[in-house]
Amino acid sequence: MTELLQVSDLQVTFPTDAEDVAAVRGMTFDVRPREVVALVGESGAGKSATAMAIVGLLPEFAMVSGSVRLHGDELIGLDDRRMSRVRGRRIGTVFQDPMSALTPVYTVGDQIAEAVRLHQRTLSRTAAQARAVELLELVGIAQAERRARAFPHELSGGERQRVVIAMAISNDPDLIICDEPTTALDVTVQAQILDVLRTARDVTGAGVLIITHDLGVVSEFADRALVMYAGKAVETAPVEDLASRRVMPYTVGLLGSVPRLDAAQGARLVPIPGAPPSMAALPPGCPFAPRCPLAVDDCLVDEPALRSVGPQHEAACIRTDDVAGRSAPDVYGISTEPPDRAPDPNAPVVLRVENLVKTYELTKGVVFRRRIGEVRAVDGISFELRQGRTLGIVGESGSGKSTTLHQILELTAPQGGSIEVLDRDVSTLDRRGRRALRGDLQVVFQDPVASLDPRLPVFDVLAEPLTANGSGKKEIDARVAELLSLVGLRREDASRYPGEFSGGQKQRIGIARALAVAPKILALDEPVSALDVSIQAGIINLLLDLQERFGLSYLFVSHDLSVVKHLAHDVAVMFKGAVVEAGNATDVFAAPSHEYTRRLLAAVPQT
Amino acid sequence: MRQEKQDTEPVMTDASSAAESGIDAGAFASRRALIWRRFLRNRLSVAALAILVLLFVACFALPPLLPWDYSQLDYRSLQQPPSFSHWFGTNALGQDLLAQTLRGMQKSLLIGVCVAVISTTIAAAVGSVAGYFGGWRNGIAMWIVDLLLVVPSFILIAVVTPRIKDSSTTFWLIVLLSAFSWMISSRIVRGLTMSLREREYVTAARYMGVSNWKVIVRHVLPNVASILIVDTALNVGAAILAETGLSFLGFGVQPPDVSLGTLIADGTASMQTFPWVFLFPAGVLVLIVLCANQIGDGLRDALDPGARTLRRRK
Repeated sequence: MTELLQVSDLQVTFPTDAEDVAAVRGMTFDVRPREVVALVGESGAGKSATAMAIVGLLPEFAMVSGSVRLHGDELIGLDDRRMSRVRGRRIGTVFQDPMSALTPVYTVGDQIAEAVRLHQRTLSRTAAQARAVELLELVGIAQAERRARAFPHELSGGERQRVVIAMAISNDPDLIICDEPTTALDVTVQAQILDVLRTARDVTGAGVLIITHDLGVVSEFADRALVMYAGKAVETAPVEDLASRRVMPYTVGLLGSVPRLDAAQGARLVPIPGAPPSMAALPPGCPFAPRCPLAVDDCLVDEPALRSVGPQHEAACIRTDDVAGRSAPDVYGISTEPPDRAPDPNAPVVLRVENLVKTYELTKGVVFRRRIGEVRAVDGISFELRQGRTLGIVGESGSGKSTTLHQILELTAPQGGSIEVLDRDVSTLDRRGRRALRGDLQVVFQDPVASLDPRLPVFDVLAEPLTANGSGKKEIDARVAELLSLVGLRREDASRYPGEFSGGQKQRIGIARALAVAPKILALDEPVSALDVSIQAGIINLLLDLQERFGLSYLFVSHDLSVVKHLAHDVAVMFKGAVVEAGNATDVFAAPSHEYTRRLLAAVPQT
Repeated sequence: MRQEKQDTEPVMTDASSAAESGIDAGAFASRRALIWRRFLRNRLSVAALAILVLLFVACFALPPLLPWDYSQLDYRSLQQPPSFSHWFGTNALGQDLLAQTLRGMQKSLLIGVCVAVISTTIAAAVGSVAGYFGGWRNGIAMWIVDLLLVVPSFILIAVVTPRIKDSSTTFWLIVLLSAFSWMISSRIVRGLTMSLREREYVTAARYMGVSNWKVIVRHVLPNVASILIVDTALNVGAAILAETGLSFLGFGVQPPDVSLGTLIADGTASMQTFPWVFLFPAGVLVLIVLCANQIGDGLRDALDPGARTLRRRK
């Protein structure tokens, strides 16, 4: 028997008051030792439910059926005590957010030692500590002996994830399950963590089941991928085959919606229209049919089963012949060509930042506050944004890019340097001038959930900037209707609350709000990083269309280089509060001159 | 049919979506209209509101129409159970309990509702301003709160009320009781506001040029509304009970005038033997507090878009 993990016909159902939600509807797959299998799909596809069913960490009311065998031993139906002996011992788990996966009040060394001693009772305390240090060295933490005595908050995000991996492999497991292990991390750290996982697999010889929505991670790390949709695998293939010979329209859409580093500025992506179906009361037929560009009447009759279309390659689709060999834009009938006319590189400057400085004081003491130093969050940066163009500010967390953005949006005199918006120095603005200028400079935030007041209906959300600008009731009604259609929402949506919309729709509302007073400059603070890749594609296209139509200038802050490549004409790369490289996007991406830019580019996983 | 949650393609034409969705281009419903509609969908709360309004109207409109006055003595029926001539029965002096209860309600309802609304308003205003702006406003507000918290309010009211002429007792009770019952809620509101201030939608509103006090009214207060509403509903009962306590000790409302508090206090002694003397005023008090709570629940659900039960089925 070569299979390490055999899952057959796994079903997970969450009963709710109204109806039963079928999260996983018959997953069958296996993982061999040393093999990396990826579960890919949009949020809500049932990826996490599958993984949690395997380790038995679903809430008790979840109904699980089917069979999960680890080395031939059935895991479904084991009680919690016996399952606990499997978890951590034979299956190691790495979670998405390392901060919440670690207990804040114990040192990381103690936590790893505890994981070791839990399953190896005979091991002495000192031996477990020694093993913990060993493991920390293995996952690449420098000065492991000293760092073992550190608390989780004293480590960086990447180091924390390394600690979690160390815990997962502490008992030499047969299977490692990783639930979005790199999603919460910066791109350079992400690459390192994938390396650590690879090392972990080699050292333990375990099979790895990785859950991710990032197709870059899949192609970089996995051997085989299962594309999941509506609780089922719709296409399974070796990773090399998936990119080139995919035959299921959903996979085509997923791959087509990934922003690419080799794309030209202004190139559109292929978004998958619509949203995943509700998992309660699925209609008969292929669940993807309502969103599928190739759906025919036969698709609505019966749900297709997985059938073989090549060596180790299966797909659940009756139209695979019509997909093979065609490009994503062709399948979805969308043109991804960038528009011919490029914006004038000598257009007037709408935003000029010179030697901007922002420092935070570090103080000590409660009664007598004394300064013990300062953090230079933004350290003398300069850039220009021209009308109708996009300036991408790229950097990792802590590089000062968000601080810069908020400094500009405050429209108050900066600590050092100058900010000029539409030829007006913000330090000379009075109250009224500032309010007038606010109409020309608007912002879209990263998290559409946090940036929309949950208690405010969409109409009021969109009317707010208009009221602040002193528009009349009639005017506002007309403008709101116009904005809704502009971002592709319906008129009836105006009387609904933000909580009733999907993530992508919420971000559309956020964009509509920013556009309400017809600004000239739009500050975009990672507007797509919280969204699924297929939704992200729709938003990127929308931003490109809006810019083309209204001649907007975008100040685009992002850590995602491929997204920046699609949107930005110019880029400024920030590192530790300073701009280390700036210039035309094409030039910078083609021939990065600074070491840090090169590192960033190299770390981006490629599909 | 279009799907409910369809993430439609960006519509890049000028054609309004209003035409195709079949809704004429009228005005959009405002938030107030929306909340009112959601409130009306909650039958129980609407009924509670109706009862409370009815009680309010009844206690002022009914007494002139009744055969008995609240202070009139009927020597032929002392301590009588409910009958046709005395619907709620009579007490030991032969006073009609219906008339007395209505007279008591005039005072108690007024005091209860006014104190609850006023003190919660003060709490919301002080708490949100202190929390939102911080700095010296926060310093002064919290200083006042701390000061008022250590003042023995009950004794202060007890000293002041007997010196006031009969006609304005109710008014002064309202003022004094509200002045001493907002501090703790305002501290809670302040704490919540401080965390709301950091939310992105508040930042977004500021970047849009919305003035500070509009941000407080539109974003901060609706998001602390749950606590404010629960606070108001509880305060109705608390204020009536405080007035009851004062009246029982001989401060507050003075005889021969009555309030629900004095009636209940009189009735408790003979609760077992002549239950109606106690049960009717107490029952009315319970009804008032229950209605206030139910209205509060309904309002909270109407304000909170997360309340599932109120979503229209589509």
